Amino acid sequence: MRRFLIPLAVFIVLVIFLAIGLTLNPRDLPSPLKDKPAPAFTLPQLAAADQSFSPADMKGKVWLLNVWASWCVSCRQEHPVLMDLAKTGIVPIVGLDYKDQIADAKNWLRKYGDPYTVSAVDADGRVGIDYGVYGVPETYVIDKAGMIRLKHTGPITPDSLKTQILPLVAELSK
Amino acid sequence: MKLRALMLCFALTVTGAVLANEAAPLAADVVVEKRLIEISEELRCLVCQNETIAASQADLAQDLRREIRTLIGEGKSDKEILDFMVVRYGDFVLYRPPVKPTTWLLWGGPFLLLAAGVFALIRFLRRRAKEAAAPALSEEERRRAAALLDSSNS
Repeated sequence: MRRFLIPLAVFIVLVIFLAIGLTLNPRDLPSPLKDKPAPAFTLPQLAAADQSFSPADMKGKVWLLNVWASWCVSCRQEHPVLMDLAKTGIVPIVGLDYKDQIADAKNWLRKYGDPYTVSAVDADGRVGIDYGVYGVPETYVIDKAGMIRLKHTGPITPDSLKTQILPLVAELSK
Repeated sequence: MKLRALMLCFALTVTGAVLANEAAPLAADVVVEKRLIEISEELRCLVCQNETIAASQADLAQDLRREIRTLIGEGKSDKEILDFMVVRYGDFVLYRPPVKPTTWLLWGGPFLLLAAGVFALIRFLRRRAKEAAAPALSEEERRRAAALLDSSNS
């Protein structure tokens, strides 16, 4: 009897590990930037190239930095969620237009709506590297002191907005 | 017909050889490129996670190679460049993650499994040795076996 019990126990443990593994998302990596100051940058604004945006402009506010691009398919999926969020006015959303053509980006916002208080243009993706961007869309929750408190990789869903982002924003806004 | 095809083949091979030229080096500085490859082979491309930054053709990998090239130009050491990547992308970017409490199981796990395997093997071999050394047949049993064999032969 024991002869069979041991392999069975090993098998069950293996199945449990594999089952846990299946529920994990290999793209969801812990960001080393969490609880670190948001990297500084100065980039031209999408709407007005002669004006610039810098994270320092948002000091004292809780805000979202959303990395997007007109070529990014999942950004389309995320877009309605951002539009709804922008309408509530709970938290300002700043766009980082990542490795994009300015004309395409402007067209995209005209077509699907513009949820961003301002969009900065990261044409060569250099700022994206500082933020550890590897899969657009990505969203950072940044607190009043300019610290990154959450990095969300992939499109924001109504569910992740409700369970992760909004509670954190509410807590940080206190 | 066959001959013509052969001649065509020959003509194509010859012109191919004549037109072919040694590929020009992609970058002017061979030393920098060699270091770039060495460093980027240590780094994981985060878009296609089973490829190194040296091997990947993903956009991000190309950007990161460009970034490494810039850092080499600024005179940064290999370690400084790897740290630059870790600060931004985390330990996951390293193909050889550092040994620390969260990665002990990762580094030690295979050896634990090996030890468990060796332990099981030794136990199995000992038990088998014991079974093999079981007492031989007694005189009485031997006679009975012989009788049975005889009866089945006839």
